[in-house]
Order: sequence, then C-alpha cells, then structure tokens
Amino acid sequence: MKISAFHLMPHRELPDDFEKRYESVWVTPPWWELADAERVGQYYNWTLDELLFAARAGFDGVCTNEHHQNAYGFMPSPNIMGAVLAKATNGSHVAIVQMGATLPTSNPPIRVAEEYAMLDCISGGRLVAGLPLGSAMDVNLCYGITPMEHRERYREAFALTLKAWQARELFAWNGRYYQLANVNLWPRPIQQPHPPVWVPGSGSISTFDFAVDNDVCYCFLSYSGAKAAKTMMQGYWDVVAKKGRETNPYRAGFLQLVAVGETDAAAEAKYARHVEYFYHKCLHWPIQFLSPPGNQDYKSLVAAAKSNIRRAEDTKSLRYRDFVEKGYVIAGSAATVRDRIKEEVVKGLRVGNLMVLLQIGSMPHDLTLENMDRFAREVLPSLRGEWDDGGWVNHWWPERLRGAATARTAAAVGAGRA
Amino acid sequence: MSERTIAVWDGKVRIRVRSSGAGPALVFLHGPWGLTWDPFLDELAKSFTVLAPEHPGTTPETPDDVHQLDNLWDLVLCYDELFQALGLESAALVGHAFGGMLACELAAAYPSRVRRLALIAPLGFWRDADRVVNWMMLDPARLPDYVFRDPKSEAARRMFGTGDDPDAATMARVRLAWAMGATGKFIWPIPDKGLKKRIHRVAAPTLLIWGKEDRLVPPVYADEFTRRIAGARVQTVDGAGHVPHLERPDVVARMLKEFVAE
Repeated sequence: MKISAFHLMPHRELPDDFEKRYESVWVTPPWWELADAERVGQYYNWTLDELLFAARAGFDGVCTNEHHQNAYGFMPSPNIMGAVLAKATNGSHVAIVQMGATLPTSNPPIRVAEEYAMLDCISGGRLVAGLPLGSAMDVNLCYGITPMEHRERYREAFALTLKAWQARELFAWNGRYYQLANVNLWPRPIQQPHPPVWVPGSGSISTFDFAVDNDVCYCFLSYSGAKAAKTMMQGYWDVVAKKGRETNPYRAGFLQLVAVGETDAAAEAKYARHVEYFYHKCLHWPIQFLSPPGNQDYKSLVAAAKSNIRRAEDTKSLRYRDFVEKGYVIAGSAATVRDRIKEEVVKGLRVGNLMVLLQIGSMPHDLTLENMDRFAREVLPSLRGEWDDGGWVNHWWPERLRGAATARTAAAVGAGRA
Repeated sequence: MSERTIAVWDGKVRIRVRSSGAGPALVFLHGPWGLTWDPFLDELAKSFTVLAPEHPGTTPETPDDVHQLDNLWDLVLCYDELFQALGLESAALVGHAFGGMLACELAAAYPSRVRRLALIAPLGFWRDADRVVNWMMLDPARLPDYVFRDPKSEAARRMFGTGDDPDAATMARVRLAWAMGATGKFIWPIPDKGLKKRIHRVAAPTLLIWGKEDRLVPPVYADEFTRRIAGARVQTVDGAGHVPHLERPDVVARMLKEFVAE
C-alpha cells in the first residue's frame, strides 16, 4: 500500500481558553488577537521541514491541503507548499499529494489545472491531483459561493479540468458557471492522460456515485478515525460493486491521526495534550457552519433530518483515552499502532492509499519529527506490503512511482533534477 | 382559501399560489422562511383578493424547480410570467424581507404592473456600519430570537414549526432550511444585488413598514428606500421585530388597507 504524511499547518499555540472565548476556529477567529505573522512564518517553515523529513524518512507521499480563515489549517494555497516540496524532493520517489486546491474557490478553475500541471512538470511526474469540493466554511462562508451552487460548480469545474489537461486542440467552454472561449493550457502535465485524481469526501452518498462514475480514488478525510468510518466506507464499496467496478483497495484513501511512542504509556505522556488540543480547539466551530441552507441537496437534507446517525459526537467532552479507545487517534507503541492500523484501517475499510496525520494540533516541531521517525522506522515497513498479494495495481498513484520506494530514498532527496 | 399551481419558465418552474378573499388584487411575496398562511393574510382577505405565491423551490412538492433559475433576473422574469398567467394587469404588491426586495425589483422592472408597493422590512441594500444579520449562518435554535421580538409567540411557533409531533417537526426543519436555501440562492452572500441601480424606475406610491425592534435588518435601511423612491413613506410598528405583519397582524393589515385605499 501507499502511505503518505498529511499536514494541516495548524496554529500550535492557541490560548488555553480559546474554545471558551471564541466562537470558532474557522471563518471568524480574530487574527490580530490570536496570531503573529513572524511566528506564523515559523509554522510554515516547520510544516515544510516536517514534510521533507517525512519524504526522507521513507513515506510514499507528502500531502498538503487548502483551508481559508482557519486557525487549525491555514494553507490557503496548498500549491505554494506543494511547489516547495516538489522542488526539494526531486530525484526521490515521493509523490506530491495535493489534497488539494479547491475548484469552486478558484476562478476560473483552470487555474488549478495550470498549477497542477506546473507541479507535475517541476516534480517530474510525481503529482497526485486531489480535487476537493471544499468545505462549506471555505467555499460558502469565506469565498462567497452560493451554497446551492457549490456542488454544481464543482462538477462543472471538475469536467473542465479533466478536459483542459487532455484536449489536443484549443477549445471553448460554454458552461453554466464558467465561460472560457480559448482554453489551451500551458503547461500540460507530464503524466498522461492526466495525473491520478483523488476526490476527498466526507461520506455524502452523491460523492460516492461521483467518485465511482469518474473512476477516481475516493478519500475519506476524517478526524473521527476508522471505527467511525466503517459504515460509511462500506457504503462506498457497495456503490463500487453495484456499478460493476473492481473492488481495488487503491480506489480508497483514508486519513488517520497517529501518534507513536516507545510504549502505550509513553505515547500518552507525550501526546495526550496535543490530541486534546486538536479535538477541543482545532475542531471548534458552530455546527451550522458545516451546512448553510442549500449546501446539501434536497434529498440529502431530508435524509439527514430523518436520521440521527450522522450527528457527530461532542468531542469537547472526550479526553485522550477516549480518543484512543474510540479510534479517533491510533496511538501507542509501534506494535499497537501497527496492529490497529492493519485491523481498523487497512482491513476494516479496505484502504490502499493511507494518509497519516502525525503533526497533531499543538505538537511541537521536535516531537513531530520524533513521531514521524518512529512511524517511518517501526510502523511503515510492516504496512507497505499490505495488498501486495492481491495483485492490485494502484492506478491512482503516479505510474513511475508505483513499484518503487521500498528502500529509503534519503540520499536522493534534495538533489536537483537533471 | 384556495390554491393552484401555475407552471412558468417554459413549464419548468411550478409556482403554487394560495389565494383567499374578494376585492382588488393584492399580491403578497413571502420572506426567506417560506409561506405560512396566517391571521395577517386572513385579515387582508377581508378587503382584497389576496394572492400569495410560493417562491420557486419553497413548495415541498417541487423543491428542485429552483435549480432552473440562475439569478435574480431569471426570478423576476418568472414573476412577470406568473402575473401574466394570473391576468394581473396592475395589482397592489406587498413583500416581506426577501419578498420585499423582490417586490421592489418587480416594481422597478415593470412599473405598470404595480399599482401600490408596500415593503415590510425589505432586503436589497447593504451598509457596512449596519450589517444585515445573515440568518443562514445563525444557530437554528436561536433564529427565532432574531426574527421575532417574542420568540415564544404563537406566530413564531407557526413559522418555525416547533410542535410536539417529531415527524412533523423534522419536516418543518427541512421545509425551513430549504426555503432559506432556495431564497438565499438569489442573495448570497450579501443581499445587495444591484437594486440601487434600478430602484429609480419604481413609479408606484410606496410604503415602508418596519418593526421598531428588528434585529435582522435594522430599521435604518428604510432610508435607503425613501431617499430613492419619490414620495415613499415609512411607518414603524411598536412591539415588533423583523416580522411585524405576524407579530402585530391587525396593526400592519390596517396600515396596508389604508395605504392601498388612498
């Protein structure tokens, strides 16, 4: 399987009473009270250093993502980070996994197609092109896109992106939301016919259909862990089967929070407060921000109103041991982590493309590197062979990296491309 | 009360129109929370033939019709077609909030269709110093506090459907959320969609009605209308918030009767 290091680029030093004093970590947190640009510059550099450390340590990919006006993740342009990572990892076998630039917030959306093509060129064909719908907070509340148009705009932009990468001739796009008379992308990606596409989702049934119909890798970017995702991911696999596609595990991606220590007790001592910081402060927002009226289509709205299943647990009342027990975080000794990932994520969800979040909330730089190092040395090697015996091909991974990355690639990292 | 559904927009948008009463035609355009036939409309029906259309998408049987429309211009044209189908040459037009903004747009687009224009706490303008509260971003449990001066009133219960039957309450939540989405589609994220460029075309005598304790659209917005529409007057309603016609139906109905009869 393929295992990538994911990063949110959080504010690591929010005040202790943040969740009591402020309405939300997203959309409305006051910058001038909470942040300092010099310090934030340090966060960005730590983030890049941590992802480059992961690349050298043997992870298969490094992931960045896009959020706006958000203190738990403020890479408004993941492609700026991706460009640094692409250049610095040239010559290695590490994929640049952009999870990714959000189409409905990019106008015109071919900007994403262009930047991804640049990243593919710079990285020598190592790009994984995440094409997320974007959250309601980012797209509707921060970027002003009408909730009722959000999904339709995304779908139109998605089709435009795929066509812009592949068209042999200049074409005109006369869409409902986007009109471009002369689409003729420069540059085009190295990977043909286009870079592998991952579509992150949060369990909505219409996204399952969309992912399978478009033959992309569906990624569940969850902060609630694999146990809570089981029913949802089974729903995805049911759609895959119903539509007659092979149940290739590489069709699925999953994000899991992971913390590795010498022992289970050592992990608790080291990581407990950072895990609690993440769930108590970083995920602090009013529930109605998640879905402003019109953001869900009518069918989903009715289904959600009638069922209580998707009503999220209040994480503010939980502590470290709860998060570990319930599987929000897989934490403990290397053996514990390895066994739980195999059981809960790999087997439980049938996931071939695993993303792990190893810098969690307030976790400082040194501890992040320690967590990454332990994971890379003591956990990752025993996971890498998962799914090998099935003979599955990871069509959703850059072709030139598919067979590689069994050995450490440290020596190559940082070397320039010829 | 009777109802009929009229298909406009080449048959693709079905608009249900509720009506009651006798006398001159009065069209009521509802706000962002959908249409509920209430004592206010009953009161008006004593003097007028009240015609109350449901905005596209807000009728529970045809939620997806709203997707046929891209913008406010499309919506205004739909209402022109509706008025044509209803045989309304010239009617008194009353609108609340979103419906007030729409009524004003219609009066600007088709001055001859509107004999009298009454706007109850209408949207349509934006002042940085007096921001309109975005009701679509509020905690649904707190929404009644912003809309009604007395959120526990019978009128509030009718609008927000906080009854005892859980299934009915669920469907009321759906109806409310979708009504906000379907009307919000035309005004997101700021309810200023260029009325200021068009409002000079309004020719009808105009009355503005505002609840004195409106916590959603501050009463100062009345100035934006009165300074642009010649002869427009403002009447404020004591003891009312954002929905004075529901909070003080007798008072507002009387204001309207007097205004339309002038």
